[in-house]
Amino acid sequence: MKQSISQIKKSLTDKKIGVAELYSEYANKAKANLNNSYNYVIDDDENKLFIEQSQQRYTSGDNLPLDGIPLGIKDLFCTKGIKTSASSKILSNFIPQYESFVTKELLNSGSIFIGKNNCDEFAMGSSNETSHFGPVINPWRSKTSPDDDLVPGGSSGGSAAAVAEGSCVASMGTDTGGSIRQPASLCGIVGLKPTFGSCSRWGIVAFASSLDQAGPLANCVEDAGHILNAINKHDFNDTTSSNHKREDYVSEIHEKMEGKIKIGIPSDYLIDVNQDILNQIENTKKVLSKHEIEFVDVKFTTTDFALSTYYIIAPAEASSNLARYDGIRFGVREDGESLDDIYLNSRTQGFGDEVTRRILIGTYVLSAGYYDAYYRQAQKVRRLIKDDFQRVFNEVDFILTPTTPNEAFKIGDKLDPISMYKNDIYTVPTSLAGLPGISIPSGLSSNGLPLGIQLIGNYFKEKQLLQLAALAEKELAFNE
Amino acid sequence: MNNKWEMVIGLEVHAQLKTSSKLFSSSPNRFGSEPNENVNFIDSGMPGMLPVLNYGCIEKAIKTGFALNFTINKYSVFERKNYFYPDLPQGYQISQFEFPILTEGFINIDADEKQKKIRIERAHLEQDAGKSIHDIDQKYSFIDLNRVGTPLLEIVSYPDLSSADEVVNYMSSLRQILMYIDVCDGNMQEGSLRADVNLSVRKPGEDLGTRCEIKNLNSFKFIRQAIEYEFQRQIEILENGGTIEQNTMLFDTSSGETRAMRSKEFSHDYRYFPDPDLLPVNITQEQIDQIKPTLEELPHEKLERYINELKIEKNISKIIISEKDNTKVFEKMISETDVSPKVIASWLVGDIFAYVKENNFEVLDLLDRTKLIMDLLKLVSEDVISNKAGKEILPKVLSGEGNPNELVKEMGLEQVSDTSELEKIIDEALVGEDENIAKFQGGSDRVLGYFVGKCLKASKGKGNPKLINKILIEKLQK
Repeated sequence: MKQSISQIKKSLTDKKIGVAELYSEYANKAKANLNNSYNYVIDDDENKLFIEQSQQRYTSGDNLPLDGIPLGIKDLFCTKGIKTSASSKILSNFIPQYESFVTKELLNSGSIFIGKNNCDEFAMGSSNETSHFGPVINPWRSKTSPDDDLVPGGSSGGSAAAVAEGSCVASMGTDTGGSIRQPASLCGIVGLKPTFGSCSRWGIVAFASSLDQAGPLANCVEDAGHILNAINKHDFNDTTSSNHKREDYVSEIHEKMEGKIKIGIPSDYLIDVNQDILNQIENTKKVLSKHEIEFVDVKFTTTDFALSTYYIIAPAEASSNLARYDGIRFGVREDGESLDDIYLNSRTQGFGDEVTRRILIGTYVLSAGYYDAYYRQAQKVRRLIKDDFQRVFNEVDFILTPTTPNEAFKIGDKLDPISMYKNDIYTVPTSLAGLPGISIPSGLSSNGLPLGIQLIGNYFKEKQLLQLAALAEKELAFNE
Repeated sequence: MNNKWEMVIGLEVHAQLKTSSKLFSSSPNRFGSEPNENVNFIDSGMPGMLPVLNYGCIEKAIKTGFALNFTINKYSVFERKNYFYPDLPQGYQISQFEFPILTEGFINIDADEKQKKIRIERAHLEQDAGKSIHDIDQKYSFIDLNRVGTPLLEIVSYPDLSSADEVVNYMSSLRQILMYIDVCDGNMQEGSLRADVNLSVRKPGEDLGTRCEIKNLNSFKFIRQAIEYEFQRQIEILENGGTIEQNTMLFDTSSGETRAMRSKEFSHDYRYFPDPDLLPVNITQEQIDQIKPTLEELPHEKLERYINELKIEKNISKIIISEKDNTKVFEKMISETDVSPKVIASWLVGDIFAYVKENNFEVLDLLDRTKLIMDLLKLVSEDVISNKAGKEILPKVLSGEGNPNELVKEMGLEQVSDTSELEKIIDEALVGEDENIAKFQGGSDRVLGYFVGKCLKASKGKGNPKLINKILIEKLQK
């Protein structure tokens, strides 16, 4: 079984292993890049100083919360002096001169970056197949057809695969409609999307600003808590960063939760769902019921509209956020005879099909004459979805759903966009509402592939959410 | 022919706000730097960069709200206006659209000896774009992003203006007010204040015609020329049976003509939507109330005070208040002396401004010389020197050649107020003037002036004219 951050830190403190040795163990796997989980692996030389400084802190007995922990970073976070491509051709030569808020906090906590994880282009995708650098292969294989390369999910597919394959202890992902939780589920690991506004978006290549949120992909809930402790901070440079009071998300994570807990299971989420998925919910219900946790049926009235709402709002924002990639100031420029030609050539050749599709959808729904029918309407529905969740949270403390409607599928299997979009059906409503959600592995499908459950909490209830998830993790005993 | 037609004009005025940093980034808001010197990662549209509102711009907008009689909206929203251009690095301009910060204001302007109320529909905050420079190279254009993100307040009037004069009066009133309240430096040459003119023509009583928008005019002269040209152009089309196309026009400053830049058909669809990187702006009554007392005296308030309290003539008052700098100098002067404001005002707009103009001074250069100028005016008002002598000394005082008291002595301009000396001069002047003396005694006052002049000349201008007058009358009446 993989070691947790606490266990690794103990080994480092007890000098059973050195920081350099630990780093090599993970970096060597990353360099092999067997599953194409990395777009870029950082040179040992560039990390030398970080490793030495970390080791010195352990030697002096005064280490930092994530000291020496090797992390993967989704290639959507700008990292100073290190290539940041968003898995797009148009940014394939881009080296930021600044460090994103979240990765800066991770560096300040002593962690060491292994490399930049492959992801869907501009985080647009649910299978990591839209990356300019090729698909990521899920380290898991199906019992029934073990020769098939499976998708790791997306968009943080490289991050999920890297954690699952053991080429980093944890990885930073981003989640816009499920991009942390869905790949975590398909790769059998933990993925947390915090409340919108918890972690600064400053320095993260933007996809959909009102939805994008950074969060960890990790081997266990406690590890996710450690990462959250490091990155959940108010940032004046992100207007949408919340200044609510932050808590310690780890110190009480294994303690018994206060009061009687009530968990809602939305019955409307479980219509037409396959038995493998239903089993996850049933099993979770069973193991948690021992702990004086009550389960009740809840019903949402807005579920049917969530996906279409999401696929209006997210592309609308994306169409504008991606306007800056024009080949003029940075990134790849394709020349042309006129200014319009430069725009046309750079963007046509620089963006892949899925990104182009979403820019077109977004441009359309914001156009004169269509704005009211699509964008404004979607914003209204989004409000109703938020209200719907608050109504349910008046009755229950948490909500339990599947993370995905299916297990990992074969690379190239889902060719039409709609069936791909449907993969995010359970994660998108939470994103639209801005609520925190965590996916933890709950069991295996009949094909022997990992499946996850999603636990959703109310705004800024990450501490309680992680406590519940840690309890469920222990009871489900997926890792054992 | 033209008197059958009337023009209907609405103005969109872009005022750059006088703030130390930009609307959404901490780069300096400064004119005249080296190209691309005042540009940070946010301004250059780097991936992952986020805007943070400079609250100073909200304060300036609120101040403007008071000064232009606006409703100050407690809720306003920044939206993205999307279009592609190399001097717009983000690919969108952050502006206010559906919910602007200011709505429904007005100002009064002079129109045909009367006051006319010009209604203002709205004013909203937005980012300026950068500059594209096309005339350095044949093949390439060059981009200067210094201006990117500079805060602008776009002030949109109703179509209440009906002549080039009115437009110029409106624009200069706006400029004056914005400068008074320290919202804009008013420097049109540097582009701190620019106007888009929306003009249509119609026959009196008819519905509004189709309008054309003339973009980006940055001088009163060009505004006037553009309006006059466009007015004639539209009339000509209509008189020849044509129709006006709703076009966006450019004004060619060298030919004095307007020409179409793009037609409505090709107008941009800007796809406005609320900027998800920013929260709606919510301002409280308390914040608004805090700003009100910081509002400077407005031009029309100052004008009334000068006329009613300081007893300065209206036309002189108007000249002084026309520029805020003038009032700074004038108000410093009156605070430093007991010479009457009326006397100071007439010296200021007369000889002092003439000197400033002739010598390419800035009015503000006078600020460190007001003390000396007041010393001089005191000498004149206390009859130590004559008005004429005062005017002779003034240029030397202004050019810093010495203080008035010393200059008076050096130049020997001290007025002769010694009665016995003056009597001697007068007696001499009356010699051989029997005829004129008789005329005076016969009731002709005009000869008195002649005698005063003769005596002053004899005293080489140094004789105290009041005393000379007095002694003369005594002597003549004998």
